[in-house]
Amino acid sequence: MGKSINQQIVISGVGGQGVLFITRLLAEAAIMNGCQVFTSETHGMAQRGGTVLSHIKVGDFSSPLIRPFQADGLIALKPENIQQHSSFLKKKAWIFVNSGKKPDTGFDAHAIDADALSLKAGNPKAVNLVLLGFALKREKARQGKNKGLFCTFEDIKRVLAVQLKGNKKMLDASVRALETGYRVSAK
Amino acid sequence: MGRKKLMLGNEAIAQGLLENGCAIATSYPGTPASEILASLARIKEMNSLPVHSQWAVNEKVAFEIAYAGCMAGLRTAVSMKQVGLNVASDPLMSAAYMGAKGGFIVISADDPGPHSSQTEQDSRLMAMMAKIPVLDPDSPAQAKEMISIAYELSETFEIPVMLRPTTRVCHSRQDVQTKSFGSFERKADFKKDPARWAATPKFRFKLHTELEKKLEKIAAFKKTTPVKLNKKAVSRKAVIVSGVAAAHSREIMNALGLWDKIPVFQVIQPYPLHRNFISSVCKGYDEILVIEETMPVIEMQIADSTRVRGKLNGFVSSVGEILPEAIEQMLCDFAGLKADKITVQSQPGRRPTLCAGCPHRASFFAIKKAAPKGIYTSDIGCYTLGLNLGAVDTVLCMGAAISQAEGFYHAFKNEGKRPDIVATIGDSTFFHAGIPALIDTVVQNVHFTLVILDNRTTAMTGNQPTPASGFGASGETLESVDIQALVKGCGVKFCKTGDPYKSKEFIRLVKEAVLYARDKGPAVVIARHPCLIGRKSKEEKAKKIFVEITDACEGCEYCIRHFECPAIIFDNDKKRADIDPLLCSGCGVCVHVCPKKAIVMK
Repeated sequence: MGKSINQQIVISGVGGQGVLFITRLLAEAAIMNGCQVFTSETHGMAQRGGTVLSHIKVGDFSSPLIRPFQADGLIALKPENIQQHSSFLKKKAWIFVNSGKKPDTGFDAHAIDADALSLKAGNPKAVNLVLLGFALKREKARQGKNKGLFCTFEDIKRVLAVQLKGNKKMLDASVRALETGYRVSAK
Repeated sequence: MGRKKLMLGNEAIAQGLLENGCAIATSYPGTPASEILASLARIKEMNSLPVHSQWAVNEKVAFEIAYAGCMAGLRTAVSMKQVGLNVASDPLMSAAYMGAKGGFIVISADDPGPHSSQTEQDSRLMAMMAKIPVLDPDSPAQAKEMISIAYELSETFEIPVMLRPTTRVCHSRQDVQTKSFGSFERKADFKKDPARWAATPKFRFKLHTELEKKLEKIAAFKKTTPVKLNKKAVSRKAVIVSGVAAAHSREIMNALGLWDKIPVFQVIQPYPLHRNFISSVCKGYDEILVIEETMPVIEMQIADSTRVRGKLNGFVSSVGEILPEAIEQMLCDFAGLKADKITVQSQPGRRPTLCAGCPHRASFFAIKKAAPKGIYTSDIGCYTLGLNLGAVDTVLCMGAAISQAEGFYHAFKNEGKRPDIVATIGDSTFFHAGIPALIDTVVQNVHFTLVILDNRTTAMTGNQPTPASGFGASGETLESVDIQALVKGCGVKFCKTGDPYKSKEFIRLVKEAVLYARDKGPAVVIARHPCLIGRKSKEEKAKKIFVEITDACEGCEYCIRHFECPAIIFDNDKKRADIDPLLCSGCGVCVHVCPKKAIVMK
């Protein structure tokens, strides 16, 4: 139980982009790995095209919210989210952002044009999974340092298989989108 | 069963209700409470449990259904958001006196912030006013555990019990241990007792006296006694926390190295606060910090202003959500630690807006065309966002669009030039609280136009069915109520239905209604087009109309300002409008919006 993982991640985007879905996938992956987990989500009016923000805390925590300067990383589905939410980040935090160009942030930032890739793959709603796939790619580089997510590409594939059980079409499309992001090279 | 599962707070509450044999659960949707009943209906359906779960027409009706269930000896529950409890406050005050037979839990979810509400009111204060006990969970897991304690309290003392989660409990997910479902074998059995269940004022006094005796015992009930969380800590100072502030404080006290130094007490039951606890903390500590959301319920009961620091002396903010960074600051100040002042520049996010292709946008555009100088009263729902379009001037509470329209009519009645008054209300909100107001406008012959935005669902809260839907919380087939027949039944003589997507015809229809209202009396237009979210049948998915912007676009931004569709974006380089194909739903309404006719079908 618990192992030694303690990670706090902020995920943000705009209503309808699937912020809550990837938050859920990561939280399920944490449970699958025997970790304790907390997430905090935006529902209601803000979901109508407004900024949607979720926090996920894996490990030994009791509060569902992340304090300023405590987050290990940010997954941003819109480039503007970096400005909005970078105050949550630690000095050496990582950022994975859906953007055509690498942002100038002072953090360890990596960009992928998930809009273009998902459109090209014929699945324009899968921007969230393309970006998550991209973020998981960096996990391999993590060697005791804070370089990427607490879980692996295979973990998320397993979670997807459970979550989308009985809907093969959706599962295949989702795994493809995840792979699209995973295989792309970083900018 | 018996495994750890990732659960939303609201799901954990639903699971708790079913593990404890709740036989009737009712609700009216409202953020942050909506997923309680939705999850309960889903879990009971998956496990074929003999439970009645339903969306009621409003919170008062929901309360009364569940309450009668407990009078018949069953375990029942009603859930709602905090402002919903205002609507159900009439039965709540009375039910406190008459008490419960089977266990009865009133779940009222508060929204400090507020994130998705009109007010930051504290339901615990409503429990205090009604004189019923209230439990304040700090997490999804604790919310689930508290269901069992709430039923025990309710049945031991024959009293309704409130569970008061906040947004951060309702909309957090946590790994939660599940158990097997409770027994549903209890038979309904109503024992007639008119002196109690139909008490006249003389008996009410007796019931009130009994209620006070119950509260005295509840203020000494063992299972809800405040808990000292850090057994080893000794100091002349103490911190008292409840709800999610307890969860934040535990983590922060550890991070600051205060955990072994200053005693922390978590209050499980903020009202009635345990009497022994009050006297022991007042005797045991010189300085006491109380952190709770959103009003000083615990603090007022301790009532020792020489020792207590809290909301009443400005140490803790009286408004807004108490974020963990604010708690960190308070704890540092209280413990005499030096802390770097954490200043976070909060960046404004995107403001919420109606979805691309939302039929409400088309309705608002028509209303502004038909009565450009009108007063626009509106109501609670997605369509509140019509304020971005300048088509919403007032939003008060559920159903007020119609009664406020009447008020404006009477206010301007004797003026030389009377403004057109156009009220907008959603279908679910109309059922909830609009009907009595509409009857009043007929009786008073109020000259106003009502547009019922009938998108066939309760959209804002997650597409729950309305009384017109013909199906229930688990998707089961139900009777449906026809809105047009209802409007006519209220006595309205002008009532016509139109499709806002058919822009030209619909603008004509609203104009006709506005002219009728000017001369004759109330006119109702039912704007019927299904919500884009959650549409299932193919028929509902109308043929997509693809649009493009021609060179006739002069970059005047009329479409951006007056239509504000997320799919119409302004290209700053080219200085003209453009269509975002990822967002466009293909409704085609914008073709009628551009004054230069620069938006055309492909």
